[in-house]
Amino acid sequence: MTTVENTGNRRLSPEELEAFGAEMEAIRQRIVADLGEEDSAYIYDIVKKQRAFELAGRALFYLPVIGWVPAVACLSISKILDNMEIGHNVMHGQYDWMGDPHLNSRMFDWDTMAPAENWKYGHNYMHHTFTNIVGKDRDVGYGILRMDEEQEWRPYYLGNPIYAFLLMTFFEWGVAMHDLEVDEIVAGRRTWAENKEIGARIWRKVKKQTLKDYVLFPLLTGPLAPLTFAGNFTANIIRNLWTFNIIFCGHFPAGVASFSQEECEDETQGHWYYRQLLGSANITGSRTFHIMSGNLSHQIEHHLFPDLPARRYPEIAEEVREICERYGLSYNTGPLHQQLFGVFKKICRFALPDRKKPAAAAVESSPVLEGVAA
Amino acid sequence: MALDLGGRILRSRTVAALASPHGIDRYLTQINPMLAAHEVRARITDIHPEVSAPGAPRVATVTLQPTSTWRGHRAGQHVSVGIDTGEGRRTTRVFTVSNTESKPGEPLTITVRAHEDEHATPYSISKFLTERATVGTLVHLSQAEGDFVLPDRVPEHIVLISGGSGITPVMSMLRSLQRRTHRGKVTFLHWAPSPDRQIYADELDEIRRQGHGIDLHLLHTAEGAPYLSPALLEKLVPGYREVPTWACGPASLIEAAQAAYDGTESLRVEYFKPPRNAGVAGGEMEFARTGKSVANDGATILDQAEAAGLTPESGCRMGICFSCTTNKSSGRVRNVLTGETSELPDEQIRICVSTPEGDCSVDL
Repeated sequence: MTTVENTGNRRLSPEELEAFGAEMEAIRQRIVADLGEEDSAYIYDIVKKQRAFELAGRALFYLPVIGWVPAVACLSISKILDNMEIGHNVMHGQYDWMGDPHLNSRMFDWDTMAPAENWKYGHNYMHHTFTNIVGKDRDVGYGILRMDEEQEWRPYYLGNPIYAFLLMTFFEWGVAMHDLEVDEIVAGRRTWAENKEIGARIWRKVKKQTLKDYVLFPLLTGPLAPLTFAGNFTANIIRNLWTFNIIFCGHFPAGVASFSQEECEDETQGHWYYRQLLGSANITGSRTFHIMSGNLSHQIEHHLFPDLPARRYPEIAEEVREICERYGLSYNTGPLHQQLFGVFKKICRFALPDRKKPAAAAVESSPVLEGVAA
Repeated sequence: MALDLGGRILRSRTVAALASPHGIDRYLTQINPMLAAHEVRARITDIHPEVSAPGAPRVATVTLQPTSTWRGHRAGQHVSVGIDTGEGRRTTRVFTVSNTESKPGEPLTITVRAHEDEHATPYSISKFLTERATVGTLVHLSQAEGDFVLPDRVPEHIVLISGGSGITPVMSMLRSLQRRTHRGKVTFLHWAPSPDRQIYADELDEIRRQGHGIDLHLLHTAEGAPYLSPALLEKLVPGYREVPTWACGPASLIEAAQAAYDGTESLRVEYFKPPRNAGVAGGEMEFARTGKSVANDGATILDQAEAAGLTPESGCRMGICFSCTTNKSSGRVRNVLTGETSELPDEQIRICVSTPEGDCSVDL
């Protein structure tokens, strides 16, 4: 397991944890008190842009040949905005305080195969509560991949890179099926009966998404239907590739710690914050890049404050880094290619059985370990 | 006809499938907020002050021109009104529709008395509507709701009872009866503290002068008028238990009416404000998701949760809008509106009108 020590970090004493938690809580309180006009104007503006890209994308398919590439581009951008900066964040309840039912976590559904209802349970509850606790957080490998030593090696995992490639390409299906917990059924810890409702929801949503993207919109373009069909398919795949890569950079780059269930028994709020910090990694980039990643490029801030509007993460990041420095904790961040390379290495390394552990476990090299010396 | 065809297309299953999962209205509203296929929105076309005496809370009648999706209302029904009152926040509260029955797409009015609302920021809707709203302000509506309405065939003699702001649905009924040219007899009893803040004062005067089978009694308790009692009812309406009656007002008035009618089916009621602290204190109120628990003080679960520092979602706070619906995993709760109790496990309850009786656990 990539323990805290393996990442070059130190354990905080109970007193330090409490103080650390209190500082995080103070940030949270301050932002909550400050939420207002700018945050609401921002999300309404993003929604407006997303709808405009979507309409442009659907319309450009009527322009034969020259329209196809721009159409796919617009539709891809629309779906990425819809799923990330809007969907993911709205369903976290980041905008519930606005009182707009259409931006409310209980009402919103996104333009992807996974039904909101299923996803919110697996993501908001299981993943965000038990982040990186091996055996509890189902996002460690998604029940398909081996991403941590603690997951026992089996010959099945030789296919790790192939499974990762397939999961990336068909990510929206992966996210939808994730909630069925098929691996748990195979292991005999879950029954099909428990999946009845979840499966029915997936089926209903899949029918709607398929009808829209692969039947109705293509038919509406008449003789151009095959091109529209191919364009919608491509846009969905582009969205899949993008979201997979951003999301995998959140918890699997080098230097991200995982935790055992024993470590997290009777966890204090301070330790919860500590775990969220060390269990997540950021990606550096431009403002547009952050918007297109739904600000999940600020995965650390997102995990510390999952229900604060994501546009606040860049400003919060400054403070979090400063706090990390004072406590001598690393703040894992780096450009996309560097974080992706770390993820790629993990996928390949864990495909193979573990080498014999040397007496003193080597510190896993992390891209940026700021403040370790403090 | 062309508009109607457009509406039928926009509401078709094909358009719904194309606009899935957001719905066609999420696109139309980007073009113009007054374009809608399913949702109801409205613009304020008039704000008429009813009471603007210094020192007294303002009262205003607000006229709304709804989108063509408004299906109209029956006298006595209410509507959810959502307004962006600033700081990026929308507050939604329920108001009675106060004009005569409206047909689809026709304007409606609500009469609003300004009062503080600690749960609405930065302004309470009533203060916003009476002090800050202007002609042209956009309002989000529901369809008209509620079954506190007159039947299509109104009986020969009816009694209307109201208290305070509970007069609005009753006024809507009265106005509709006049428009329907109801020929029977109406006894109308209205309780208010004093005459100087009486809303609809001129209209009530007019009604009293004209008569037309409407027997009007304005009872101002600060000036010594009697409270509602069986004796008073018997004096004003002999054999009142047999006369179909509609009553709307605060909890104290409704409870007095219920006692006076003693369970007969002639009485139909609507709480203007649900009773608070109507439950039994004792036991432990547990908020399972946040791991908090408090000693049950008999208030509604919503009030107790807020007192414990939680911020559960809520809307009308009177059991109408279902925004606060929450899963109750265990325990017995009493519905303060109906008095019914229920102890089913894993039950969806409206926490704004549910009080726990003994130990209770909800998903908050």
